[in-house]
Amino acid sequence: MSRTTRLSSSLLRVAAVTGVAALTLTACGSGSGSDSASSGSGSGDVKVGLITKTDTNPFFVKMKEGAEKAAKENGVELLTAAGKFDGDNAGQVTALENMVASGVKGILITPSDSKAIVPAIEKAKAKGVLVIALDTPTEPESAVDALFATDNLKAGELIGEYAKAAMKGKTAKIAALDLAPGVSVGVQRHNGFLKGFGATDKDVVCAQDTGGDQAKGQTAMENCLQKEPDINVVYTINEPAALGAYTALKAKGREKDVLIVSVDGGCTGTQAVKDGKIAATSQQYPLKMAAEGVKAVVTYAKDGKKASGYTDTGVTLISDKAQDGVASKDTAYGLENCWG
Amino acid sequence: MTATTTPYAELKAPTTARRLLTAPTTGPLVALLLACAFFSLSTDQFLTGGNFSLIVQQVMVVGTLAIGQTLIILTAGIDLSCGAVMAFGSIMIAKMAAEGSLPPFAAIGLGIAVCGGFGLLNGLLVQKIPLPPFIVTLGMLNVAFALTHIYSEEQTVTNLPGPLTALGQTFPLGHTDITYGSLVTIALFLLLAYALSSTGWGRHVYALGNSQEAARLNGIRTSRLTIGVYTVAGLLYGIAALLLISRTGVGDPQAGQTDNLDSITAVVLGGTSLFGGRGSVLGTFIGVLIVGVFRNGLQLMGVASIYQTLITGVLVILAVTVDQISRKKAR
Repeated sequence: MSRTTRLSSSLLRVAAVTGVAALTLTACGSGSGSDSASSGSGSGDVKVGLITKTDTNPFFVKMKEGAEKAAKENGVELLTAAGKFDGDNAGQVTALENMVASGVKGILITPSDSKAIVPAIEKAKAKGVLVIALDTPTEPESAVDALFATDNLKAGELIGEYAKAAMKGKTAKIAALDLAPGVSVGVQRHNGFLKGFGATDKDVVCAQDTGGDQAKGQTAMENCLQKEPDINVVYTINEPAALGAYTALKAKGREKDVLIVSVDGGCTGTQAVKDGKIAATSQQYPLKMAAEGVKAVVTYAKDGKKASGYTDTGVTLISDKAQDGVASKDTAYGLENCWG
Repeated sequence: MTATTTPYAELKAPTTARRLLTAPTTGPLVALLLACAFFSLSTDQFLTGGNFSLIVQQVMVVGTLAIGQTLIILTAGIDLSCGAVMAFGSIMIAKMAAEGSLPPFAAIGLGIAVCGGFGLLNGLLVQKIPLPPFIVTLGMLNVAFALTHIYSEEQTVTNLPGPLTALGQTFPLGHTDITYGSLVTIALFLLLAYALSSTGWGRHVYALGNSQEAARLNGIRTSRLTIGVYTVAGLLYGIAALLLISRTGVGDPQAGQTDNLDSITAVVLGGTSLFGGRGSVLGTFIGVLIVGVFRNGLQLMGVASIYQTLITGVLVILAVTVDQISRKKAR
């Protein structure tokens, strides 16, 4: 009795796997149709890898789109991978190794952990793979061949200058909705904002980490208002956090008299600027980062010339209420160039 | 009764062949081989010694956690804290040795012992109060996670002394490079497989998983046995912590966040029942490899990682479905 049971259970497992194999085939068929086309024409010899922090963040989705487009234009094959969550270093290491094993010419990576990824990058470089960091620098920055990213300090400075001008000399009570401790992107934007505003951390009456998450941004703002009801300037790490702050302010009827500024320039965020929920945002360009990265790998594959150093992929201040002395573009431009 | 639907059941195969076909690890093994065959046909880079060595390196950390997880699941328990406990052990070893004054080997010993301590605490809470393992280890997950972040001050620890990364070093074998850590993991699998299948302790673990009451009535000291199992699992997490450091070359406070679920995935794919008493450590080894092979193979094929998650999810549901159906039939 138990024997037959076990036998049939073994068979069931086999059947299960066959099913999954079929599923895999379907997935590959739908997922990499363009890849097989490019390799079919004989130009798929050059492989480029793209490793992002996660699969789901719209910023990285757009980055991937940029890379896919550039790969198609240049006739190269693109491999993509991502960590399971923001901070998943082990997942990125595994993806990096697998890409090196599959013979990529270059890897574009947005490091989840700037320090922890370094040994794996060095191993890849030792095998002659060009490694370029996108969006987030490694620590040390020299661990990669090149960095294509937004100047996050500048992105912060722009909204700082804007907020200063918009406040028109009124005494500012600043709340800062930050990213997370020790993450360079967040630290740079925060410091940039203070620099642009001409303020110091002493002027920040409430600072909270949000992880760039809307729900956490809302909670953080609620708590800040509880602590310090007359906050009148809110710096946020990105637009989801800004929208969270807006929800919290609206609940208190304060949405009109509090100035919210942010960084990122996602489409939802830019729309929120247009709707007047956010006063201004510094827009960055993930698509460009990825496209430039792919091109650099193509150049390396062609004539062995390695990209090096830091390339600023640009940042633009977006607002519909322009302030004197602060250069900005309106939301029509912002929505044309937004990501997500 | 349902045997008629299964032609194989009619066969009068020789005993060894029949035993092979009916061994609980056969299903997972066939799955693994089919996956390997599929990827070998799909990509040129899959079927190389170097790639297999790479897969084993990639799964050694979760593999070692999964051994501990298997032991606990065999007792009809579950451990949600394993990844977090490992992360704490790893940050402790890294920080003690790199920034503290402890000699590397003392730091390693202390880190493994502390992980064992977490296991002991889990076991005591499960057995002595008693509390459900799910709740105890869920709590411990948060405790260990928080302690990791407090102790590390959110900082990644770099510049580790040599002994900490020794297991991540490779030695050549033919045309491939094998890491010492892979050998440690394989040795641990063999050791625990032997202990489970061929010692009194192992038989008691299975008995405990089938029915704690029956085990107790049969004179097994169930309380001591349970606490022992959780402690051994904790010590294994400590070894996994060392393997993790040696692999990445840094102490990373963010590590291990999904490893608890990954280890359970491996155990389930390896044919071990979540209800206790049935399964094996070797099955888990195969389960770990299935995940590693899929991730590696799909990556080589250029399939995006979200499909890897999708497929792993489907595999797990299928494996549990199979377990349930075979249980129903056994009744």
